[in-house]
Amino acid sequence: INHIVHNGGLYKRPFNEAFEETPMLVAVLTYVGYGVLTLFGYLRDFMRQWKIEKCQHATEREEQKDFVPLYQDFENFYNRNLYMRIRDSWNRPICSVPGAKVDMMERVSHDYNWTFTYTGRVIKDIINMGSYNYLGFAQNTGTCQEAAAKVLSQYGAGVCSTRQEIGNLDKHEELEELIARFLGVESAMAYGMGFATNSMNIPALVGKGCLILSDELNHASLVLGARLSGATIRIFKHNNMQSLEKLLKDAIVHGQPRTRRPWKKILILVEGIYSMEGSIVRLPEVIALKKKYKSYLYLDEAHSIGALGPSGRGVVEYFGLNPEDVDIMMGTFTKSFGAAGGYIGGKKELIDYLRTYSHSAVYATSMSPPVVEQIITSMKCIMGEDGTTVGKARVQQLAENTRYFRRRLKEMGFIIYGNEDSPVVPLMLYMPAKIGAFGREMLKRNIGVVVVGFPATPIIESRARFCLSAAHTKEMLDTALKKINEVGDLLQLKYSRHRLVPLLDRPFDETTYEETED
Amino acid sequence: MDIKRVKDYLYWLYYQYLLITCSYVLEPWEQSMFHTITVTIFAMVVYTAYVFVPIHVRLAFQFFSQIFGGQPESTV
Repeated sequence: INHIVHNGGLYKRPFNEAFEETPMLVAVLTYVGYGVLTLFGYLRDFMRQWKIEKCQHATEREEQKDFVPLYQDFENFYNRNLYMRIRDSWNRPICSVPGAKVDMMERVSHDYNWTFTYTGRVIKDIINMGSYNYLGFAQNTGTCQEAAAKVLSQYGAGVCSTRQEIGNLDKHEELEELIARFLGVESAMAYGMGFATNSMNIPALVGKGCLILSDELNHASLVLGARLSGATIRIFKHNNMQSLEKLLKDAIVHGQPRTRRPWKKILILVEGIYSMEGSIVRLPEVIALKKKYKSYLYLDEAHSIGALGPSGRGVVEYFGLNPEDVDIMMGTFTKSFGAAGGYIGGKKELIDYLRTYSHSAVYATSMSPPVVEQIITSMKCIMGEDGTTVGKARVQQLAENTRYFRRRLKEMGFIIYGNEDSPVVPLMLYMPAKIGAFGREMLKRNIGVVVVGFPATPIIESRARFCLSAAHTKEMLDTALKKINEVGDLLQLKYSRHRLVPLLDRPFDETTYEETED
Repeated sequence: MDIKRVKDYLYWLYYQYLLITCSYVLEPWEQSMFHTITVTIFAMVVYTAYVFVPIHVRLAFQFFSQIFGGQPESTV
């Protein structure tokens, strides 16, 4: 859907996002499947209660049976009766660096996934479509690894203090100055853990008497930070600018709920790429709304930094906007930089305030030096400051991989959610038995995928999520696509009712195509 | 060769039935229970259809042909 003409000329490039509707028959059969599993769940719970079967899950102790029951809600029911049956697709132990190919330890279960034993065999060279390795920096060879090893021998691994006490290394200062230059902001601050960056800094920025407008599908760290802050939280529909504008208008007109005073601050929480949907935020419209209604914008670029934009600077560069329009730019180093941790960038006064008042800065141990060096080296590589064009080549390779992979999957007939340019590709599975079957069949064909069900997604919309990487070569993608095609035919996953006209050649550059129905 | 293809196709149909009704994830004794119940219900539906549907179709056909092509003898 082309928005170039519609929204006042805010978009400089086409914004193609699609969420195909669930076919009615598939939805009905999914509910039937869940109904059968629920009935059998009740039967097994009955047998466990009356001691016909051994109870292997967590229960209260005998003395506590008269207390308020702990494990009777729906989440625990789902956990015992549905999640346990297909649990072997998650928590799989890997034993090599999670690059484009990974080694995995083989497990078997003799009592239907309650316990696992290792056979001792290691499955080698599984094509890794699940790691957030967007630019391929998860390597144990190369310049990043050598620099990190040197710093490890110089500084050691531990810091043994917080940033405010004696844990502020010169490496941290160098890193923060580099991040500020990378993003185009005045100043930045780095933290040891990406989740803690969100959940510990939002309470420092907003408090009671402020309003938070948060997207429906925001990550748990943003939700936790918003709840910890004590501000009023209102939710707008996912990526829906009319819903956001209505909430903003209501907030300005009516003020705080009981006293009608104006809100102290209005903060809009959005993410760059939403990892479960693969959708990209409508940033030009959000910024236009923010300026019109005089509110602040907090942009969480966990998945989009390094992955979007012609030089990898994130979703702000992807839309061609000014980084100074976003008040607080947050991101993580886990995904595109192959390290761990998070950062916040913005105006100098804001970051100086956060250095004193953020919980993460005061109480959390600062980042480990080899990790800092990994980020510095990879960021310099992406920016091109190390003198090579490796970084730019990786960003371009990721963009090509994304477009190729998404187009091929759509041609095959799968339902794929999200924006055309996002490297996160969710493939819809819907039925609960297919979640377990897909994970196992792909592992048999030596491809490692991440499958997601409830509670991370709505209960009927379970999916398999592919994360593309610049380290994937075209041969690896072709192998993976062939196997996905096989498994799709075997499990009947090709639900899509729109037909794309397949191109006769398969050029590896961007082409526009028409979507037709046959 | 043909027999093998037919058997493979039947096995694939059985696999689809297991996936759609989620009996793929059940333990073997639960699967046997579920298959017994399903086959029983299906057999009862088929039997009911065999016994009742032809008679109802014939009566309905007579009723409608009376209305549309009604002969004078029907009122006497």
